[in-house]
Amino acid sequence: MNKDDVKSIVLDIIRDIAPDEDLSALKHEVRLRDQLTLDSMDFLDIVMELRKQHGIEVPEIDYPQLASLESCGEYLLPKFKAKGK
Amino acid sequence: MATLPRIVITGVGLTAPNGNTLAEFRANLLAGKARIAEIDVRHMGKHPAGVCDFDATRWQKRKEIRNGTRVGSISIYCSREAIVNSGLDWEKTDKSRVGVYLGITEHGNVETENEIWNISQFNNDTKYWTHHHNPRTVANNAAGEVTMNMGITGPHYTIGAACAAGNAGLIQAAQMLQLNEVDIALAGGVSESIHTFGIYAGFKNQGALASHVDPAKASRPFDKNRNGIVISEGGAVYVLERLDDALARGANIIAEIAGWCINSDATDAVLPNPDRQAECVRKALERAKMKPGDVHIISTHATATSMGDIQECIALRTVFADCPRTKINNTKSYIGHCMGAAGALELAGNLPSFQDGIVHPTINVDDLDPECAIPGLVINQPVSMGSVDTILNNSFGMLGINSVLIVKKYGIA
Repeated sequence: MNKDDVKSIVLDIIRDIAPDEDLSALKHEVRLRDQLTLDSMDFLDIVMELRKQHGIEVPEIDYPQLASLESCGEYLLPKFKAKGK
Repeated sequence: MATLPRIVITGVGLTAPNGNTLAEFRANLLAGKARIAEIDVRHMGKHPAGVCDFDATRWQKRKEIRNGTRVGSISIYCSREAIVNSGLDWEKTDKSRVGVYLGITEHGNVETENEIWNISQFNNDTKYWTHHHNPRTVANNAAGEVTMNMGITGPHYTIGAACAAGNAGLIQAAQMLQLNEVDIALAGGVSESIHTFGIYAGFKNQGALASHVDPAKASRPFDKNRNGIVISEGGAVYVLERLDDALARGANIIAEIAGWCINSDATDAVLPNPDRQAECVRKALERAKMKPGDVHIISTHATATSMGDIQECIALRTVFADCPRTKINNTKSYIGHCMGAAGALELAGNLPSFQDGIVHPTINVDDLDPECAIPGLVINQPVSMGSVDTILNNSFGMLGINSVLIVKKYGIA
């Protein structure tokens, strides 16, 4: 598993929780909230789906690490690797 | 006491198991077409149910549907359609003067059962319990979702009134309009109850859940072989205004609210009390300044339980003992029991009789129970009355809540 794989997982989750959004031109370095209509409940959805689908825990103090797709990849990759993925 | 403003209905939006517009609903009632499906109820297997097939994406984004509730979607669909039907210029309407008053039988069971099942897949660890639970289960959810979708900033709340709720929503709205709290009211009743197994299990263990090899024949009020309730979802929301406001904007006036009453049995949690039901009907007539014989159609509440139907017939026999012109029907025989939406939908199904003069029948009566053989009962075939001026709508619920609403054709003295 690499960073692109992690980003792809996060994109799949976003596709599910924000089904009206066009994700085709999403800029990886830009904050998700600056490109998509996402509120705090949506971010909690991302956290919940990482927990339910992949057993990944994101402590509240680390929520800012999920700001962009790029930061998601960087932050979550070690967690996925720790799971043996 | 000062004369209170007259209140009129100027728009209707609905979804019923057999129709997503009033025209479609009415056509199926006149054609005798029930539409009851068979659904798989969690933990309980297959049971008959009234299922609505309106297109929620017509008025909601997919994310709204995902984050909200089924009853929220039903409420939004009905409210939006009601506004379109009313001819109101919604863009120019002052949203701070619009109120939303929706009757519900229950709320929160669906989401709570879903989450209990969800965490059972994770060893009952509550960290998997959704953060959407509270906004989805607060009691004002149905009305609140309407305000968010439509940008309404006036008051909103639901009226919890068991299966008397559809009338109760309309009555609340009429009162708020008379008090000048709002200028426009979106009011009626809604239900998502087919999505909770608890309602099915409760009725089944009470001996009040319908079954039949043909789901379309499962809901059979007044029939000797009736065996209980077909649970259904649905909604009917009306636009209500003060008469003067409706006339000023040249609105199409569908009906005038003539009278109402809500009272309580104060006797039994589930067995209706015909004395209190009769009293409720009489008080509604008194408010409407009508005599029993002035009522042209009685839309009954009868749910096809063994005792409930008989109790209502006792009440009606008492009040309408000598009213040869009065016709009586029942709409649950087509769509099942839409719970919080029942009274509102059943009224809607009868409203077109003001134009066509026809009373739709109670269907699925193969063998009329003698105890339900009340004069004027319209069975299996529509009856033309020539003209229909008044409808009395019964809607009763558990814990002994009774609601009666009387509407009349506009222009009738």
